Amino acid sequence: MKNLKMSIAVMLLLAVSFTNAQEKEKMNHDHGDMKMDHSSMKMDKMNPNAEAVLADYFMLKDALVGDDTKKAAQAGTKLMASLKAFDTKSYSKEEQKELADIIEDATEHAEHISESAIDHQREHFKTLSKDITDMVAITGTKSTLYEQFCPMYDKGSAWLSTSNEVKNPYYGSKMLKCGKVQKTIQ
Amino acid sequence: MKILKIIAIIALVGFVGIQFIPTERNQSYTVPETDFMLVHNVPETIQKKLQVSCYDCHSNNTQYPWYNKIQPAAWFLEDHIKEGKAELNFNEWDSLSSRRKSSKLRSIIKQIESGEMPLDSYTLIHKDAKFSEAEAEELINFITQLKDSL
Repeated sequence: MKNLKMSIAVMLLLAVSFTNAQEKEKMNHDHGDMKMDHSSMKMDKMNPNAEAVLADYFMLKDALVGDDTKKAAQAGTKLMASLKAFDTKSYSKEEQKELADIIEDATEHAEHISESAIDHQREHFKTLSKDITDMVAITGTKSTLYEQFCPMYDKGSAWLSTSNEVKNPYYGSKMLKCGKVQKTIQ
Repeated sequence: MKILKIIAIIALVGFVGIQFIPTERNQSYTVPETDFMLVHNVPETIQKKLQVSCYDCHSNNTQYPWYNKIQPAAWFLEDHIKEGKAELNFNEWDSLSSRRKSSKLRSIIKQIESGEMPLDSYTLIHKDAKFSEAEAEELINFITQLKDSL
């Protein structure tokens, strides 16, 4: 009988502490989005936030070119962080709205990429590429970029590259050379 | 023998104990104006299918199964519903920008095509949630059209 009482007490304690832990976890989540408060000056065609996003995007692209799921996943995680750190204050109201939309969408794709197998990563990379291209249209970039296009993958898919040589991130080694440069972004 | 008895008692008490841990219920009796079916002209067969196969985890209202209040099943359900709604909530569809909508529609197509959704753990119990080949095709065609019209 004593045993029974003891175990009931233990179980109740466990139950209570578990509920507490859940509550705490919830609170922790809320702390997640602290904003960085340095207002970046808008230099012509050079936004460090955008450059950071682009750097992670290209790391992801290269990982997919190399059929490297693990590295792509890591790049996805990095990209989530650089998107989150993106400070849009220096842009006009309208641009801010557009950028917020792009960042939200891109973050979701980056998240999926960080936790998926390569086929799925490539699916998300397609929409992500559209987001990043739209971002660059607003932010500009210091380097020349090439928008490349593969007509075969999912009824035609584009991506960005810093080189005009085509290396296909959608097929990797299977069809590395498939595609062409369709636009130069300066 | 005594040990066995103690283990049995602990297990029983544990099972009873976890029943007291509250879960969030996903239930709402109103459908907001932003609902997918209200903003788009969705054919009736597809409406039904979405309701049966998707809305339990991707809307604010779940048709709970009988075991929904028993732990640990309730946790399992709560978790899935939370995750499902975070990913896509049909009830709040129209609050998304067209960029987001287009992304979501694309994901719906991919998920149905690859058979990843509805989840196996869901269709195991909800046999009617499964997509036949014809149903999948019908839905994919509809969603593709919708996506192109955005």
